Amino acid sequence: MTATAPPAPARERRGPGPKLPLGERWSRRGPLLPALLLVVLFTQLPMAVTVYYSLQSRNLLRPGESAFAGFDNYVAVVTDAHFRGAVVNTVVLTAGVVLLAMALGVALAVLLDQRFLGRNVVRTLLITPFLVMPAAAALVWKHAMFNPLFGVLNWALSPFGVDRVDWVSEYPMFSLVLMLTWQWTPFMMLIVLAGLQSQDPEVLEAARVDGASALQTFRRITFPHLRRFIELGLLLGSIFIVNTFDPIYLITQGGPGQATTNLPYFIYQVTFRAFEVGEAAAAGVVVVLCTILIASFALRVISGLFREER
Amino acid sequence: MPAQPKRRRSGPRPSNVLVGVAAWAAALVFFFPVLWMFVSGFKQEAQASTDPPTFLFAPTLDQFAAILGRDFTPYLLNSLMASVGSTLLVLALATPAAYALSLRPVPGWRDSLFFFISTRFMPPAAIILPLYIIASNADVLDNVTVLSLVYTAMNLPIAVWMIRSFLLELPTAVLEAAKIDGAGFFTEVRRIILPMIAPGLAATALICFIFAWNEFFFAVSLTSTRAATVPVFLTGFITSEGLFLARLSAAATMAALPVVLAGWLAQKWLVRGLTMGAVK
Repeated sequence: MTATAPPAPARERRGPGPKLPLGERWSRRGPLLPALLLVVLFTQLPMAVTVYYSLQSRNLLRPGESAFAGFDNYVAVVTDAHFRGAVVNTVVLTAGVVLLAMALGVALAVLLDQRFLGRNVVRTLLITPFLVMPAAAALVWKHAMFNPLFGVLNWALSPFGVDRVDWVSEYPMFSLVLMLTWQWTPFMMLIVLAGLQSQDPEVLEAARVDGASALQTFRRITFPHLRRFIELGLLLGSIFIVNTFDPIYLITQGGPGQATTNLPYFIYQVTFRAFEVGEAAAAGVVVVLCTILIASFALRVISGLFREER
Repeated sequence: MPAQPKRRRSGPRPSNVLVGVAAWAAALVFFFPVLWMFVSGFKQEAQASTDPPTFLFAPTLDQFAAILGRDFTPYLLNSLMASVGSTLLVLALATPAAYALSLRPVPGWRDSLFFFISTRFMPPAAIILPLYIIASNADVLDNVTVLSLVYTAMNLPIAVWMIRSFLLELPTAVLEAAKIDGAGFFTEVRRIILPMIAPGLAATALICFIFAWNEFFFAVSLTSTRAATVPVFLTGFITSEGLFLARLSAAATMAALPVVLAGWLAQKWLVRGLTMGAVK
């Protein structure tokens, strides 16, 4: 520890500035490097290889036949009807789940922000769908909830005239959206609840004293405060739900036909069923570009939340 | 900044009975599939697939015994090794990294911080092919250590952000007092910093364990027999031949239980882990 870097300014997160001596700079970097190295090795390096493969014509079943292909793979992927179908399915699935889960999440968070008997138990029960191993949840939904003969869903809906519906075959996308909304609502609820509970009680008290109605308080104070949390939930949720794989692999196998094949499942199939390295890689690059687009908004919201805290 | 009391309403209001009823109803609907999975595991097959569903029955452990007899144990051990191993490695790597991004920041720490988070947003499908080919060429496909390393890389960004958020909450006065008392770097870390962030480290470990235990995509792509984890075991239940719902429920219950318990324990910190420390 040198006297040139007292802990106080560092604690204010201003950073050490450019004038640190070389040795000091490297002694600070030391603890960071192992983590950085591992992450680069397992995410950035493979990504670079993916970009390289996407420019090659190569099939794992015909080794030794690889050649530079330019943008042929991208052209092949973009003109592939299956790929375009997968893009549409990904958008429908992600948007459907994110919006439904957020709507339910806000409603549940508002309930949980009140006082009532057994609130902690209710919160614990409500977060459980998010904790159950997604693969296990997918199979339980497939066989115990959606089953046309013995499924609980048909039984629960039978008073409403629903009879022997084969949910997975007849409404595959709806079934996935339903199951994933169940799984992701707790995620949204937790983020919105954290937002509700981080409101300054004095501001709310002041609004009450000034005679604002509950509705006015919500519209003028709570909602603007909550907006950032809702944005964060929507963006993080989108990034994760775009990558949905487990229930598609386990419930519908992308079908019937291609009805529920999303981008991750499409890439999985092209990679491990057809071994078309170039096309799979090109599709992967396209997914990354889309993710970067969403992620850049997400990062902006996150850094906004950090600044607000400071 | 000291934590402020969060509750603002005092005393129950008349409408809270309605709120309570609505909240309990929602909780039961959301929890029902989990409950049903748990309950069905204690049924005989004939009781698990009935119309209408069977609610009252004499519980049996037959299905659990059958699953454990069906070579479930190796999958369980692989899952434990991959998730516990990666979690320990994550903590060992992320704690120094978080320190270098907070208390004693490197030049350009902000860039490093956002680099970490951006790798968490990397779609697994986009990097699975090179990982598969590299592992295959290096002859380490179907290897638990490789799977642990992949999970370590997957969880490092979350852990770095989370631990950093805990480090920044340490009271400045305590750290300064240690300096004035002439505590060396390692003494400061061992005697002051680590004990004070221990609960935070435990929370981070639970979050990392949850993500690693539940992970399916890398497991199903990179393992086959020797290193296959619990979610891969469950793929045996994809097709519906004959009656197997009770057995599936028993297997799913055993697969889900560790993380459900870990999550219940960690629920106070869950939101911080899910948002990389941005929301507390």
